[in-house]
Amino acid sequence: MEFFIISVLKAAVLAGILLTTLAYLQWVERKVIAHVQVRMGPSRVGPHGLMQPLADVIKLMTKEDLLPPYVHLGFYLLAPFLAVSMALISVAVIPFGPEVQAFGYSTWLQLTDLNVGLLFVLAISSLGVYGIALAGWASNNKYSLLGGLRSSAQMISYELPMSLALASPLLMAGTLSLRGIVESQSGYYFGFVPRWSIFHGPFPQIISFVIFVIAAFAETNRVPFDLPEAENELVAGFHTEYSSMKFASFFMAEYANMITVCSMTTTLFLGGWLPVFPAPISNYVAPAILFLAGAICLYHGLNPRRPLDRLTLPIFAVIFFALGVLFAIPAVQPYLTPLFWFAAKTGFLLFVFIWVRATLPRFRYDQLMGFAWKFMFPLALLNLLVTGLLVSLTD
Amino acid sequence: MDIFFFLLFAIVAVVCGISVVIQTHPISSALSLIGVMASLAVLYLLLGAEFIAMAQIIVYAGAIMVLFVFVIMLLNSGAEAKRGRSRTAVILGVPSLIIFLALIVFAVQRFFPSAPNVVFGSFTGGGPAQIGNALFTRYLLPFEVTSVLILIAILGAIVLARKELD
Repeated sequence: MEFFIISVLKAAVLAGILLTTLAYLQWVERKVIAHVQVRMGPSRVGPHGLMQPLADVIKLMTKEDLLPPYVHLGFYLLAPFLAVSMALISVAVIPFGPEVQAFGYSTWLQLTDLNVGLLFVLAISSLGVYGIALAGWASNNKYSLLGGLRSSAQMISYELPMSLALASPLLMAGTLSLRGIVESQSGYYFGFVPRWSIFHGPFPQIISFVIFVIAAFAETNRVPFDLPEAENELVAGFHTEYSSMKFASFFMAEYANMITVCSMTTTLFLGGWLPVFPAPISNYVAPAILFLAGAICLYHGLNPRRPLDRLTLPIFAVIFFALGVLFAIPAVQPYLTPLFWFAAKTGFLLFVFIWVRATLPRFRYDQLMGFAWKFMFPLALLNLLVTGLLVSLTD
Repeated sequence: MDIFFFLLFAIVAVVCGISVVIQTHPISSALSLIGVMASLAVLYLLLGAEFIAMAQIIVYAGAIMVLFVFVIMLLNSGAEAKRGRSRTAVILGVPSLIIFLALIVFAVQRFFPSAPNVVFGSFTGGGPAQIGNALFTRYLLPFEVTSVLILIAILGAIVLARKELD
């Protein structure tokens, strides 16, 4: 019974955090892209546009839900549901932190740990294709169909280098459980280089890390591989015919997939919740960064560029200082510091995703396929071969 | 709890299996087949074979069926037209089905009164570590021979599908 209550609580907290992150990730994306392109980004709704996600949700929910008469109705309704549920499920096996003690119970900061955790994520992500493929086909629209076909071809092709890239760190970790994978990366070389998969002997997994991240862009249909929804060729690709909450489901699925693949990259290659620095220093990094952010906000609040900044930035500064104090309390550090490191690494990867979207143009379709099959696939295979050889020689 | 999930997913598997046959649209049939495979994966999980369950989803539901659906979409074939059913089939079909099911139930009751756990020689356990160990030590030769067989099949497919270059 206790286990049941704790699991429900964890699931509720995780769902709340995930959905909030989803909403604000979109705000962050618009802000970052705007600043890359020397614009302001959303700034009308709330201070610095911070209420924009809420406004978007209200807009999407109250919009007219168009139902085109020529669609295959059952599949048309099933597709967004499939897409969003497959995108949200895989978060269940991702470990956010180590075992913690709270109110006499000990639990892991992870919903559940499967001994086939990694295969579970792969299985769910391979089912995610159906959402998009079905949406494209059921819309009964040639642009949507092309988008759906492109997407399935692309996802099948990129799953191969992705899985091969995954296999190399697995050889070194020796387990499929995501918790075990993170734990196998603990420790430091020379006292300061973390033993993450990308630095880990006998063969640092930098190549497979890069391949995995590139394949992740394709799996999530993001620029530069966003051909399924290339708006200047296919209107909006597979979701042309979807409106209101059904469109929002695809939107959510894309961002949830982004969060999932970034968490997976963190778990597999960047040591999950493990800190960058050895123990005594790592506890002070989070408060230091938060205090620094607070100080920057305070400085800009005192020298405002816009009249509103005089009011809003000091409030942010106070929030950052409060968080900094919270992270500095020794009693809560065992809970919060791992979460901070996990969030920091995943957040950085998400930033890279957005950064790439703002920077790179789109591939042509034949280039996309050629790149996957003629370059990434052989490279991943070679990397796996070398890793396997070195692991078996050093074991 | 186990028996509840077994019954639930066994029923889902059977219903999806029937649906594969009776659906007139190829996409509906393909999706029903995915339903069958997913519920089979759950049944494997209930038997404690986690690796097989995940492999079932990744390989069958995730790869092979995506290819099926892809081809169906590419050909964009519509629903089959229903033709008039033959009267003999209607009259004889239901009784023969009942007899067939009764025979199967009888055979199962007669020859497998209480089904023991499935055993493959001395192999037990369904986790990835046990399967990996079994594959790469005891069953190494069959495993490698299978991979050569698959390689031959791939090469054969390429040769058959290749356009003649002049």
